[in-house]
Amino acid sequence: MSDMSPAAGVRFSSQLLTPRAGARRVLVLPLTGDEHVVALRRLVRERAIDIKLSLVDQTKLVTAASELARNTLKYGGGGEAHVIELDDGVRLGVQLIFADDGPGIADTALALTDGYTTGGGLGLGLSGARRLVDEFDIDTRVGEGTVVAVVKWKR
Amino acid sequence: MERIPILRIGDLLLVTIQVDMHDRLAMSLQDDLTERIVRDEAKGVLIDISALDLVDSFIGRMISNTASMARVLDAQTVLVGMQPAVAITLVELGLTLPGVKTALNVERGMALLGKQYLAGPARRDPQAR
Repeated sequence: MSDMSPAAGVRFSSQLLTPRAGARRVLVLPLTGDEHVVALRRLVRERAIDIKLSLVDQTKLVTAASELARNTLKYGGGGEAHVIELDDGVRLGVQLIFADDGPGIADTALALTDGYTTGGGLGLGLSGARRLVDEFDIDTRVGEGTVVAVVKWKR
Repeated sequence: MERIPILRIGDLLLVTIQVDMHDRLAMSLQDDLTERIVRDEAKGVLIDISALDLVDSFIGRMISNTASMARVLDAQTVLVGMQPAVAITLVELGLTLPGVKTALNVERGMALLGKQYLAGPARRDPQAR
């Protein structure tokens, strides 16, 4: 159970943080600096290999993780990442959850538009990451925080 | 601080990225490269990413910006060695690296820059046989 406790102590409570059925091997990593993004990429790659994702799907998942982790750092002011293996009885998957206590997103539809950015980036982080995964959920409240949950299933 | 080495070959600069770069490292590479283009009066820059298993929007933007900076400093940039899975992911992410020339490997990248630095005369002119 020790690895279930939030590493950075995000307080924003979201239903997306409730463990799904078939969730196992939960690991929580802090996201408060550049180096954490590199560590997360490495861990996600390992998990993707563990469930035998194809090389292309591994690359897509790790890239999505990198984009979303950077968002958590840059816009959420830091937070944490949960790396979870899913087994729904039929197939295996990797779920990633990014949580922060940042300012939240006022207009999620706009934030999910290609090219829209408030941070001087390319505006591809959220919208691009969504295209790289099989499931994408976002829960955000202005002034409280943001949680983004994604899943990549083994085909 | 950690640095990515930049090698000079004639009037070209060759950078081989072999580590998973964090964002500050990517930014320092961009700064180092522009500095070296001026100092070494380089006419071309080859960025070899064959060892990279991921190019996200941050690294992609760094590469695009470096190519633009090199261009205004009178040097051409060629990105070489991108892995197929990285190419597929980049395009799906929405990043197409406009304005960045690419080649499959360093040798072809050099050829694209109009350079022949190959050892030995045997491969100089395949048409002549």
